[in-house]
Amino acid sequence: MRIIEVEHLTKYYGKARGIEDVSFQVEEGEIFGFIGPNGAGKTTTIRLLLALIYPTRGRARIFGKDVFRYGPEIRQDIGYLPGEVFYYERMKVIDLLKYAASFYPRDCTRRMHELAEYMELDLNRRVDELSYGNRKKVGIVQGLMHNPRLVFLDEPTIGLDPLMQRRFFDLIREENARGLTVFFSSHILSEVQRLCHRVAIIREGRIVEIADMETLIRNNYKKVRVVARDLDPAYFDLPGVTHLEHTNHTVHFFYRGDINVVLRRLSALNLTDVTIEEPTLEEIFMHYYQRDES
Amino acid sequence: MKANIYWFELRRKRNSLLIWSASIALVALLYMGLFPTFADYAAVLQETLKRLPPEYLEAFGMAGVDLSSVTGYYSFVFTFLQILLALQASNYGFGLIAVEEGQMISDFLVSKPVTRAQILTSKLLAAFTALTLTNAVAWASSFIFVEMFREGRPYDAHPMVLMLGSIAIFQVVFLSLGLAFSLLVRRVRSVAPYGLMLSFGAYVLNAFGDLLGDVKLELITPFRHFDPTYIVRNNAYDMPLVGLSVAMIGISLAFSYWRYIRHDIPAVV
Repeated sequence: MRIIEVEHLTKYYGKARGIEDVSFQVEEGEIFGFIGPNGAGKTTTIRLLLALIYPTRGRARIFGKDVFRYGPEIRQDIGYLPGEVFYYERMKVIDLLKYAASFYPRDCTRRMHELAEYMELDLNRRVDELSYGNRKKVGIVQGLMHNPRLVFLDEPTIGLDPLMQRRFFDLIREENARGLTVFFSSHILSEVQRLCHRVAIIREGRIVEIADMETLIRNNYKKVRVVARDLDPAYFDLPGVTHLEHTNHTVHFFYRGDINVVLRRLSALNLTDVTIEEPTLEEIFMHYYQRDES
Repeated sequence: MKANIYWFELRRKRNSLLIWSASIALVALLYMGLFPTFADYAAVLQETLKRLPPEYLEAFGMAGVDLSSVTGYYSFVFTFLQILLALQASNYGFGLIAVEEGQMISDFLVSKPVTRAQILTSKLLAAFTALTLTNAVAWASSFIFVEMFREGRPYDAHPMVLMLGSIAIFQVVFLSLGLAFSLLVRRVRSVAPYGLMLSFGAYVLNAFGDLLGDVKLELITPFRHFDPTYIVRNNAYDMPLVGLSVAMIGISLAFSYWRYIRHDIPAVV
Protein backbone atom coordinates (compact mmCIF):
# COMPACT_ATOMS: atom_id res chain seq x y z
CA MET A 1 0.00 0.00 0.00
CA ARG A 2 1.14 3.50 -0.75
CA ILE A 3 1.54 5.52 2.40
CA ILE A 4 2.49 8.84 0.80
CA GLU A 5 1.54 9.98 -2.69
CA VAL A 6 2.70 13.38 -3.83
CA GLU A 7 1.72 14.77 -7.23
CA HIS A 8 3.17 17.93 -8.74
CA LEU A 9 3.35 19.60 -5.38
CA THR A 10 4.46 23.22 -5.67
CA LYS A 11 4.90 25.83 -2.99
CA TYR A 12 5.85 29.46 -3.37
CA TYR A 13 6.26 31.81 -0.41
CA GLY A 14 5.15 34.94 -2.18
CA LYS A 15 7.74 35.05 -4.93
CA ALA A 16 10.30 32.89 -3.14
CA ARG A 17 10.58 29.31 -4.33
CA GLY A 18 9.79 26.59 -1.81
CA ILE A 19 9.42 23.47 -3.95
CA GLU A 20 8.44 23.00 -7.58
CA ASP A 21 6.55 20.16 -9.18
CA VAL A 22 7.57 17.55 -6.63
CA SER A 23 6.14 14.05 -7.18
CA PHE A 24 7.00 10.83 -5.38
CA GLN A 25 5.51 7.85 -3.57
CA VAL A 26 6.43 6.12 -0.37
CA GLU A 27 5.36 2.52 0.15
CA GLU A 28 4.29 1.04 3.44
CA GLY A 29 7.19 -0.20 5.55
CA GLU A 30 9.83 1.80 3.69
CA ILE A 31 12.53 3.99 5.10
CA PHE A 32 12.48 6.73 2.53
CA GLY A 33 15.42 9.11 2.43
CA PHE A 34 14.97 12.67 1.32
CA ILE A 35 18.33 14.26 0.64
CA GLY A 36 19.33 17.71 -0.36
CA PRO A 37 21.38 20.62 0.88
CA ASN A 38 19.91 23.22 3.21
CA GLY A 39 17.28 25.32 1.47
CA ALA A 40 16.52 22.69 -1.18
CA GLY A 41 12.93 22.30 0.04
CA LYS A 42 13.06 19.32 2.40
CA THR A 43 11.36 21.04 5.32
CA THR A 44 8.85 22.71 3.00
CA THR A 45 7.83 19.28 1.69
CA ILE A 46 7.38 17.85 5.19
CA ARG A 47 5.45 20.89 6.41
CA LEU A 48 3.15 20.61 3.39
CA LEU A 49 2.49 16.95 4.13
CA LEU A 50 1.55 17.90 7.70
CA ALA A 51 -0.70 20.69 6.39
CA LEU A 52 1.25 23.26 8.40
CA ILE A 53 1.43 25.20 5.16
CA TYR A 54 -0.73 25.09 2.06
CA PRO A 55 0.45 24.36 -1.48
CA THR A 56 0.43 26.74 -4.40
CA ARG A 57 -0.37 23.80 -6.70
CA GLY A 58 -0.48 20.04 -6.62
CA ARG A 59 -1.84 17.29 -4.43
CA ALA A 60 -0.66 15.10 -1.60
CA ARG A 61 -2.25 12.05 -0.01
CA ILE A 62 -1.29 10.09 3.06
CA PHE A 63 -2.95 6.74 3.81
CA GLY A 64 -4.92 7.42 0.63
CA LYS A 65 -6.49 10.62 1.98
CA ASP A 66 -5.91 14.21 0.92
CA VAL A 67 -3.65 15.79 3.55
CA PHE A 68 -5.23 19.21 3.37
CA ARG A 69 -8.81 17.98 3.73
CA TYR A 70 -8.32 15.14 6.19
CA GLY A 71 -5.32 16.50 8.08
CA PRO A 72 -6.56 15.93 11.66
CA GLU A 73 -7.67 12.38 10.89
CA ILE A 74 -4.39 11.52 9.15
CA ARG A 75 -2.27 13.07 11.87
CA GLN A 76 -3.64 10.56 14.41
CA ASP A 77 -1.16 8.09 12.94
CA ILE A 78 1.72 10.42 12.15
CA GLY A 79 4.74 11.28 14.24
CA TYR A 80 6.78 14.39 13.52
CA LEU A 81 10.25 15.35 14.63
CA PRO A 82 10.85 18.93 13.47
CA GLY A 83 14.30 20.05 12.44
CA GLU A 84 14.35 22.91 14.88
CA VAL A 85 12.76 21.87 18.13
CA PHE A 86 11.03 24.69 19.98
CA TYR A 87 8.81 24.02 22.92
CA TYR A 88 6.83 25.89 25.52
CA GLU A 89 9.40 27.22 27.95
CA ARG A 90 9.10 26.97 31.73
CA MET A 91 7.67 23.49 31.49
CA LYS A 92 8.96 20.16 32.66
CA VAL A 93 9.71 17.61 29.98
CA ILE A 94 7.27 15.15 31.51
CA ASP A 95 4.44 17.70 31.47
CA LEU A 96 5.14 18.60 27.87
CA LEU A 97 5.15 14.95 26.83
CA LYS A 98 1.96 14.27 28.76
CA TYR A 99 0.33 17.19 26.97
CA ALA A 100 1.51 15.82 23.62
CA ALA A 101 0.19 12.37 24.57
CA SER A 102 -3.23 13.77 25.46
CA PHE A 103 -3.94 14.34 21.76
CA TYR A 104 -3.96 10.62 21.00
CA PRO A 105 -6.62 8.13 21.99
CA ARG A 106 -4.23 5.40 23.09
CA ASP A 107 -2.32 5.47 26.34
CA CYS A 108 1.26 6.48 25.58
CA THR A 109 2.62 6.48 29.13
CA ARG A 110 4.53 3.21 28.98
CA ARG A 111 6.07 3.82 25.59
CA MET A 112 6.99 7.35 26.65
CA HIS A 113 9.00 6.07 29.62
CA GLU A 114 10.59 3.32 27.57
CA LEU A 115 11.72 5.74 24.89
CA ALA A 116 12.95 8.31 27.40
CA GLU A 117 14.99 5.67 29.18
CA TYR A 118 16.38 4.35 25.93
CA MET A 119 17.42 7.82 24.77
CA GLU A 120 18.65 8.73 28.28
CA LEU A 121 16.33 11.68 28.60
CA ASP A 122 15.69 13.10 32.08
CA LEU A 123 11.94 13.69 32.25
CA ASN A 124 12.10 15.94 35.28
CA ARG A 125 14.23 18.66 33.75
CA ARG A 126 12.73 21.88 32.54
CA VAL A 127 12.58 22.27 28.78
CA ASP A 128 14.42 25.61 28.78
CA GLU A 129 17.33 24.07 30.69
CA LEU A 130 17.91 21.46 28.00
CA SER A 131 20.76 21.48 25.53
CA TYR A 132 20.00 21.30 21.83
CA GLY A 133 20.68 17.56 21.73
CA ASN A 134 18.38 16.92 24.66
CA ARG A 135 15.61 18.91 23.04
CA LYS A 136 16.07 16.69 20.03
CA LYS A 137 15.52 13.70 22.32
CA VAL A 138 12.28 15.24 23.56
CA GLY A 139 11.29 15.50 19.92
CA ILE A 140 12.14 11.87 19.28
CA VAL A 141 10.11 10.61 22.24
CA GLN A 142 7.27 12.92 21.28
CA GLY A 143 7.30 11.75 17.68
CA LEU A 144 7.27 8.04 18.43
CA MET A 145 5.44 7.49 21.71
CA HIS A 146 1.97 7.13 20.21
CA ASN A 147 3.09 4.27 17.91
CA PRO A 148 2.43 6.10 14.65
CA ARG A 149 2.21 4.32 11.29
CA LEU A 150 4.32 7.00 9.62
CA VAL A 151 6.99 9.26 11.04
CA PHE A 152 8.57 12.36 9.53
CA LEU A 153 12.12 12.93 10.69
CA ASP A 154 13.50 16.29 9.63
CA GLU A 155 17.28 16.27 10.10
CA PRO A 156 16.86 14.11 13.21
CA THR A 157 20.48 13.54 14.14
CA ILE A 158 21.76 17.10 14.29
CA GLY A 159 22.73 17.77 17.89
CA LEU A 160 22.89 14.11 18.91
CA ASP A 161 26.29 12.72 19.86
CA PRO A 162 27.55 9.71 17.85
CA LEU A 163 26.50 7.20 20.50
CA MET A 164 22.97 8.61 20.58
CA GLN A 165 22.82 8.77 16.80
CA ARG A 166 23.56 5.06 16.71
CA ARG A 167 20.94 4.31 19.30
CA PHE A 168 18.48 6.39 17.41
CA PHE A 169 19.18 4.51 14.17
CA ASP A 170 18.76 1.20 15.97
CA LEU A 171 15.47 2.47 17.32
CA ILE A 172 14.27 3.51 13.88
CA ARG A 173 15.26 0.14 12.41
CA GLU A 174 13.43 -1.64 15.21
CA GLU A 175 10.29 0.43 14.72
CA ASN A 176 10.55 -0.07 10.99
CA ALA A 177 10.73 -3.83 11.47
CA ARG A 178 7.45 -3.53 13.35
CA GLY A 179 5.89 -1.83 10.36
CA LEU A 180 6.64 1.88 10.83
CA THR A 181 7.08 3.80 7.59
CA VAL A 182 9.82 6.42 7.87
CA PHE A 183 10.31 9.61 5.92
CA PHE A 184 13.87 10.62 6.67
CA SER A 185 15.13 14.01 5.57
CA SER A 186 18.80 14.78 5.81
CA HIS A 187 21.72 16.48 4.18
CA ILE A 188 24.16 13.97 5.64
CA LEU A 189 24.47 11.25 3.05
CA SER A 190 26.33 8.65 5.03
CA GLU A 191 23.44 8.37 7.47
CA VAL A 192 20.91 8.09 4.69
CA GLN A 193 23.10 5.44 3.11
CA ARG A 194 23.17 3.51 6.39
CA LEU A 195 19.45 3.61 7.01
CA CYS A 196 17.29 4.13 3.95
CA HIS A 197 15.85 1.73 1.41
CA ARG A 198 15.06 4.33 -1.19
CA VAL A 199 16.07 7.95 -1.67
CA ALA A 200 14.85 11.03 -3.42
CA ILE A 201 17.37 13.71 -4.15
CA ILE A 202 16.02 17.23 -4.07
CA ARG A 203 17.83 20.20 -5.42
CA GLU A 204 16.67 23.81 -5.61
CA GLY A 205 13.10 22.72 -5.00
CA ARG A 206 13.01 19.97 -7.63
CA ILE A 207 13.42 16.23 -7.39
CA VAL A 208 16.39 15.24 -9.52
CA GLU A 209 16.42 11.51 -8.84
CA ILE A 210 14.44 8.85 -7.05
CA ALA A 211 16.05 5.45 -6.78
CA ASP A 212 16.64 2.40 -4.65
CA MET A 213 19.65 2.86 -2.49
CA GLU A 214 21.18 -0.26 -4.05
CA THR A 215 20.47 0.78 -7.61
CA LEU A 216 21.79 4.21 -6.93
CA ILE A 217 25.05 2.93 -5.58
CA ARG A 218 25.65 -0.35 -7.46
CA ASN A 219 24.09 -0.15 -10.87
CA ASN A 220 24.33 3.40 -11.89
CA TYR A 221 27.80 4.73 -11.47
CA LYS A 222 31.27 3.34 -11.36
CA LYS A 223 34.22 5.25 -10.15
CA VAL A 224 37.16 4.42 -12.38
CA ARG A 225 40.82 5.16 -11.73
CA VAL A 226 43.38 4.33 -14.40
CA VAL A 227 47.14 4.61 -13.99
CA ALA A 228 49.35 4.34 -17.08
CA ARG A 229 52.19 6.13 -18.84
CA ASP A 230 51.39 8.83 -21.38
CA LEU A 231 47.67 8.79 -20.85
CA ASP A 232 45.52 10.99 -22.99
CA PRO A 233 42.34 11.84 -21.09
CA ALA A 234 40.51 12.40 -24.37
CA TYR A 235 40.80 8.65 -24.89
CA PHE A 236 38.14 8.18 -22.20
CA ASP A 237 35.82 10.88 -23.40
CA LEU A 238 33.01 8.42 -24.05
CA PRO A 239 29.26 8.83 -23.72
CA GLY A 240 28.44 8.20 -20.07
CA VAL A 241 31.73 9.49 -18.73
CA THR A 242 31.68 12.46 -16.39
CA HIS A 243 34.06 14.25 -14.08
CA LEU A 244 37.04 13.31 -16.12
CA GLU A 245 40.19 14.36 -14.28
CA HIS A 246 43.80 13.96 -15.18
CA THR A 247 46.79 14.19 -12.85
CA ASN A 248 50.27 13.01 -13.78
CA HIS A 249 49.80 9.45 -14.94
CA THR A 250 46.37 8.97 -13.43
CA VAL A 251 42.91 9.50 -14.89
CA HIS A 252 39.78 9.55 -12.72
CA PHE A 253 36.24 9.52 -14.02
CA PHE A 254 32.70 8.41 -13.31
CA TYR A 255 30.99 6.11 -15.75
CA ARG A 256 27.39 5.22 -16.23
CA GLY A 257 26.46 2.68 -18.91
CA ASP A 258 27.65 -0.64 -20.25
CA ILE A 259 30.86 -1.39 -18.36
CA ASN A 260 32.20 -3.51 -21.27
CA VAL A 261 32.67 -0.39 -23.35
CA VAL A 262 35.15 0.94 -20.81
CA LEU A 263 36.80 -2.44 -20.37
CA ARG A 264 37.43 -2.77 -24.10
CA ARG A 265 39.09 0.63 -24.09
CA LEU A 266 41.20 -0.31 -21.11
CA SER A 267 42.34 -3.60 -22.60
CA ALA A 268 43.98 -1.73 -25.44
CA LEU A 269 46.25 0.09 -22.99
CA ASN A 270 49.34 -0.90 -21.14
CA LEU A 271 48.17 -0.20 -17.59
CA THR A 272 50.14 0.25 -14.41
CA ASP A 273 47.03 -0.01 -12.25
CA VAL A 274 43.27 0.17 -12.44
CA THR A 275 40.45 0.29 -9.91
CA ILE A 276 36.75 0.23 -10.66
CA GLU A 277 34.60 0.77 -7.60
CA GLU A 278 31.19 1.87 -6.44
CA PRO A 279 31.09 5.51 -5.62
CA THR A 280 29.88 6.57 -2.18
CA LEU A 281 26.52 8.23 -2.02
CA GLU A 282 28.45 11.39 -1.25
CA GLU A 283 30.11 11.22 -4.64
CA ILE A 284 26.88 10.44 -6.46
CA PHE A 285 25.30 13.29 -4.69
CA MET A 286 28.05 15.73 -5.63
CA HIS A 287 27.59 14.50 -9.15
CA TYR A 288 23.93 15.51 -9.15
CA TYR A 289 24.73 18.84 -7.72
CA GLN A 290 27.49 19.71 -10.10
CA ARG A 291 25.93 18.42 -13.27
CA ASP A 292 24.05 21.55 -14.12
CA GLU A 293 26.84 23.87 -13.21
CA SER A 294 29.34 22.39 -15.62
CA MET B 1 -13.12 22.71 21.16
CA LYS B 2 -10.56 20.34 22.66
CA ALA B 3 -10.60 19.97 26.44
CA ASN B 4 -6.87 19.23 26.69
CA ILE B 5 -5.89 22.40 24.82
CA TYR B 6 -8.38 24.44 26.86
CA TRP B 7 -7.02 23.29 30.22
CA PHE B 8 -3.42 23.59 29.08
CA GLU B 9 -3.93 27.16 27.89
CA LEU B 10 -5.88 28.08 31.00
CA ARG B 11 -3.14 26.77 33.27
CA ARG B 12 -0.57 28.77 31.32
CA LYS B 13 -2.57 31.89 32.15
CA ARG B 14 -2.56 31.25 35.89
CA ASN B 15 0.18 33.72 36.86
CA SER B 16 -1.01 36.46 34.57
CA LEU B 17 -4.55 35.94 35.83
CA LEU B 18 -3.43 36.35 39.44
CA ILE B 19 -1.49 39.51 38.65
CA TRP B 20 -4.29 41.17 36.67
CA SER B 21 -6.95 40.26 39.22
CA ALA B 22 -4.80 41.54 42.07
CA SER B 23 -4.21 44.79 40.16
CA ILE B 24 -7.95 45.23 39.61
CA ALA B 25 -8.70 44.65 43.30
CA LEU B 26 -5.86 46.97 44.32
CA VAL B 27 -6.99 49.82 42.07
CA ALA B 28 -10.57 49.44 43.35
CA LEU B 29 -9.28 49.48 46.94
CA LEU B 30 -6.99 52.50 46.53
CA TYR B 31 -9.51 54.67 44.68
CA MET B 32 -12.49 53.74 46.82
CA GLY B 33 -10.27 54.30 49.86
CA LEU B 34 -9.99 57.94 48.82
CA PHE B 35 -13.74 58.32 48.61
CA PRO B 36 -14.46 59.39 52.25
CA THR B 37 -11.96 62.26 51.97
CA PHE B 38 -13.35 63.16 48.56
CA ALA B 39 -16.93 63.22 49.77
CA ASP B 40 -16.07 65.33 52.84
CA TYR B 41 -14.59 68.04 50.71
CA ALA B 42 -17.21 67.61 47.99
CA ALA B 43 -18.37 71.23 48.03
CA VAL B 44 -14.84 72.63 47.68
CA LEU B 45 -14.03 70.03 45.10
CA GLN B 46 -17.05 70.78 42.93
CA GLU B 47 -16.04 74.49 42.99
CA THR B 48 -12.54 73.61 41.83
CA LEU B 49 -13.76 71.26 39.15
CA LYS B 50 -16.10 73.93 37.78
CA ARG B 51 -13.11 76.12 37.07
CA LEU B 52 -11.39 73.45 34.97
CA PRO B 53 -12.02 73.41 31.23
CA PRO B 54 -14.93 71.13 30.33
CA GLU B 55 -12.82 69.20 27.77
CA TYR B 56 -10.45 68.26 30.55
CA LEU B 57 -13.27 66.96 32.72
CA GLU B 58 -14.72 65.11 29.80
CA ALA B 59 -11.38 63.47 29.12
CA PHE B 60 -11.10 62.10 32.61
CA GLY B 61 -14.69 61.03 32.96
CA MET B 62 -15.55 63.71 35.51
CA ALA B 63 -17.99 65.84 33.52
CA GLY B 64 -21.61 65.89 34.60
CA VAL B 65 -20.92 63.42 37.35
CA ASP B 66 -21.43 64.20 41.01
CA LEU B 67 -18.20 62.94 42.49
CA SER B 68 -19.53 63.32 46.01
CA SER B 69 -22.17 60.63 45.39
CA VAL B 70 -21.20 56.99 45.74
CA THR B 71 -22.33 56.05 42.23
CA GLY B 72 -20.79 59.13 40.64
CA TYR B 73 -17.49 58.53 42.32
CA TYR B 74 -17.58 54.84 41.43
CA SER B 75 -18.10 55.64 37.76
CA PHE B 76 -14.86 57.62 37.93
CA VAL B 77 -13.09 54.62 39.54
CA PHE B 78 -14.61 52.30 36.95
CA THR B 79 -12.79 54.12 34.15
CA PHE B 80 -9.50 52.97 35.67
CA LEU B 81 -10.76 49.42 35.99
CA GLN B 82 -11.73 49.57 32.32
CA ILE B 83 -8.20 50.57 31.32
CA LEU B 84 -6.76 47.57 33.16
CA LEU B 85 -9.38 45.22 31.76
CA ALA B 86 -8.76 46.47 28.24
CA LEU B 87 -5.01 46.00 28.65
CA GLN B 88 -5.40 42.45 29.90
CA ALA B 89 -7.88 41.49 27.19
CA SER B 90 -5.82 42.97 24.35
CA ASN B 91 -2.68 41.26 25.68
CA TYR B 92 -4.51 37.96 25.65
CA GLY B 93 -5.78 38.65 22.16
CA PHE B 94 -2.36 39.48 20.76
CA GLY B 95 -0.81 36.58 22.63
CA LEU B 96 -3.36 33.94 21.66
CA ILE B 97 -1.71 32.77 18.45
CA ALA B 98 0.99 35.26 17.61
CA VAL B 99 3.36 34.64 20.49
CA GLU B 100 3.56 30.94 19.76
CA GLU B 101 4.10 31.58 16.10
CA GLY B 102 6.76 34.16 16.92
CA GLN B 103 8.58 31.60 19.05
CA MET B 104 8.11 28.91 16.39
CA ILE B 105 6.28 26.53 18.66
CA SER B 106 3.01 26.30 16.77
CA ASP B 107 4.31 23.29 14.82
CA PHE B 108 3.89 21.34 18.03
CA LEU B 109 0.18 22.03 18.21
CA VAL B 110 -0.78 22.18 14.55
CA SER B 111 0.92 18.86 13.73
CA LYS B 112 -1.32 17.11 16.27
CA PRO B 113 -4.59 15.49 15.19
CA VAL B 114 -6.70 18.62 15.67
CA THR B 115 -8.22 21.14 13.30
CA ARG B 116 -7.07 24.73 13.40
CA ALA B 117 -10.61 25.80 14.26
CA GLN B 118 -10.48 23.52 17.31
CA ILE B 119 -7.17 25.07 18.36
CA LEU B 120 -8.47 28.62 18.00
CA THR B 121 -11.78 27.89 19.74
CA SER B 122 -10.09 26.17 22.68
CA LYS B 123 -7.62 29.00 23.08
CA LEU B 124 -10.35 31.63 22.83
CA LEU B 125 -12.45 29.86 25.45
CA ALA B 126 -9.45 29.54 27.77
CA ALA B 127 -8.72 33.26 27.41
CA PHE B 128 -12.39 34.06 27.92
CA THR B 129 -12.48 31.97 31.08
CA ALA B 130 -9.44 33.82 32.44
CA LEU B 131 -11.08 37.15 31.60
CA THR B 132 -14.32 36.05 33.26
CA LEU B 133 -12.46 35.19 36.46
CA THR B 134 -10.93 38.68 36.39
CA ASN B 135 -14.41 40.03 35.73
CA ALA B 136 -15.66 38.24 38.85
CA VAL B 137 -12.85 39.84 40.85
CA ALA B 138 -13.90 43.24 39.50
CA TRP B 139 -17.50 42.65 40.68
CA ALA B 140 -16.51 41.38 44.08
CA SER B 141 -13.89 44.01 44.84
CA SER B 142 -16.14 46.81 43.59
CA PHE B 143 -19.04 45.89 45.89
CA ILE B 144 -16.79 45.07 48.85
CA PHE B 145 -14.86 48.33 48.70
CA VAL B 146 -17.93 50.46 47.98
CA GLU B 147 -19.59 48.96 51.05
CA MET B 148 -16.44 49.45 53.06
CA PHE B 149 -15.86 53.11 52.24
CA ARG B 150 -19.29 54.61 51.57
CA GLU B 151 -19.68 55.29 55.32
CA GLY B 152 -23.46 55.05 55.29
CA ARG B 153 -23.98 57.31 52.28
CA PRO B 154 -26.91 55.98 50.23
CA TYR B 155 -26.41 54.73 46.68
CA ASP B 156 -28.31 53.16 43.83
CA ALA B 157 -26.82 49.81 42.90
CA HIS B 158 -28.47 49.71 39.47
CA PRO B 159 -25.97 51.85 37.48
CA MET B 160 -23.13 50.02 39.19
CA VAL B 161 -24.57 46.68 38.10
CA LEU B 162 -24.92 48.09 34.57
CA MET B 163 -21.27 49.18 34.51
CA LEU B 164 -19.99 45.88 35.87
CA GLY B 165 -22.35 44.01 33.59
CA SER B 166 -20.74 45.65 30.58
CA ILE B 167 -17.30 44.19 31.37
CA ALA B 168 -17.80 40.86 29.59
CA ILE B 169 -18.53 42.37 26.16
CA PHE B 170 -15.91 45.05 26.74
CA GLN B 171 -13.27 42.37 27.36
CA VAL B 172 -14.29 40.27 24.39
CA VAL B 173 -14.06 43.28 22.04
CA PHE B 174 -10.43 43.84 23.03
CA LEU B 175 -9.67 40.12 22.99
CA SER B 176 -11.02 39.65 19.47
CA LEU B 177 -9.57 42.93 18.15
CA GLY B 178 -6.15 41.97 19.52
CA LEU B 179 -6.41 38.55 17.92
CA ALA B 180 -7.49 39.97 14.56
CA PHE B 181 -4.68 42.57 14.55
CA SER B 182 -2.11 39.99 15.58
CA LEU B 183 -3.01 37.90 12.54
CA LEU B 184 -2.52 40.92 10.30
CA VAL B 185 0.94 41.67 11.65
CA ARG B 186 3.71 39.57 10.17
CA ARG B 187 5.33 38.55 13.42
CA VAL B 188 4.60 39.61 16.99
CA ARG B 189 7.73 39.28 19.10
CA SER B 190 6.34 40.76 22.27
CA VAL B 191 2.74 41.26 23.21
CA ALA B 192 3.07 44.24 25.56
CA PRO B 193 3.68 47.08 23.06
CA TYR B 194 0.80 45.95 20.83
CA GLY B 195 -1.54 45.45 23.78
CA LEU B 196 -0.66 48.88 25.10
CA MET B 197 -1.15 50.47 21.72
CA LEU B 198 -4.59 48.96 21.25
CA SER B 199 -5.98 49.60 24.73
CA PHE B 200 -4.45 53.02 25.34
CA GLY B 201 -5.16 54.01 21.77
CA ALA B 202 -8.81 53.21 22.33
CA TYR B 203 -8.80 55.03 25.68
CA VAL B 204 -7.14 58.16 24.35
CA LEU B 205 -9.44 58.21 21.34
CA ASN B 206 -12.42 58.19 23.68
CA ALA B 207 -10.96 60.75 26.08
CA PHE B 208 -9.81 63.27 23.51
CA GLY B 209 -12.00 62.30 20.57
CA ASP B 210 -14.35 65.15 21.32
CA LEU B 211 -11.55 67.56 20.55
CA LEU B 212 -11.49 66.30 16.98
CA GLY B 213 -14.69 68.20 16.39
CA ASP B 214 -17.04 66.95 13.72
CA VAL B 215 -15.15 63.75 12.94
CA LYS B 216 -16.94 61.18 15.05
CA LEU B 217 -13.98 58.82 15.12
CA GLU B 218 -14.37 58.24 18.85
CA LEU B 219 -17.54 56.27 18.18
CA ILE B 220 -15.46 53.24 17.26
CA THR B 221 -13.76 52.87 20.63
CA PRO B 222 -15.27 50.41 23.13
CA PHE B 223 -14.49 52.94 25.89
CA ARG B 224 -17.17 55.12 24.33
CA HIS B 225 -19.58 52.22 23.87
CA PHE B 226 -19.49 51.54 27.60
CA ASP B 227 -18.84 55.07 28.84
CA PRO B 228 -19.49 55.03 32.61
CA THR B 229 -20.63 58.65 32.71
CA TYR B 230 -23.27 57.89 30.09
CA ILE B 231 -24.42 54.87 32.08
CA VAL B 232 -24.71 56.87 35.31
CA ARG B 233 -26.44 59.82 33.68
CA ASN B 234 -28.99 57.68 31.85
CA ASN B 235 -29.11 54.65 34.11
CA ALA B 236 -28.97 52.63 30.86
CA TYR B 237 -26.58 51.47 28.13
CA ASP B 238 -26.14 53.37 24.90
CA MET B 239 -27.69 50.51 22.94
CA PRO B 240 -26.69 51.45 19.36
CA LEU B 241 -23.05 51.74 20.47
CA VAL B 242 -23.24 48.43 22.38
CA GLY B 243 -24.49 46.94 19.11
CA LEU B 244 -21.40 48.39 17.41
CA SER B 245 -19.19 46.57 19.91
CA VAL B 246 -21.00 43.32 19.26
CA ALA B 247 -20.59 43.84 15.51
CA MET B 248 -16.86 44.50 16.00
CA ILE B 249 -16.56 41.21 17.90
CA GLY B 250 -18.37 39.35 15.12
CA ILE B 251 -16.23 40.84 12.38
CA SER B 252 -12.89 40.34 14.10
CA LEU B 253 -13.68 36.78 15.12
CA ALA B 254 -14.90 35.85 11.65
CA PHE B 255 -11.76 37.38 10.14
CA SER B 256 -9.52 35.63 12.69
CA TYR B 257 -10.95 32.18 12.01
CA TRP B 258 -10.80 32.71 8.27
CA ARG B 259 -7.23 33.92 8.43
CA TYR B 260 -5.92 31.42 10.98
CA ILE B 261 -7.37 28.41 9.19
CA ARG B 262 -5.91 29.44 5.84
CA HIS B 263 -2.54 30.90 6.74
CA ASP B 264 0.85 29.19 6.59
CA ILE B 265 2.31 28.48 10.01
CA PRO B 266 5.62 30.35 10.06
CA ALA B 267 8.84 28.37 10.35
CA VAL B 268 12.52 28.97 10.71
CA VAL B 269 13.91 29.80 7.32
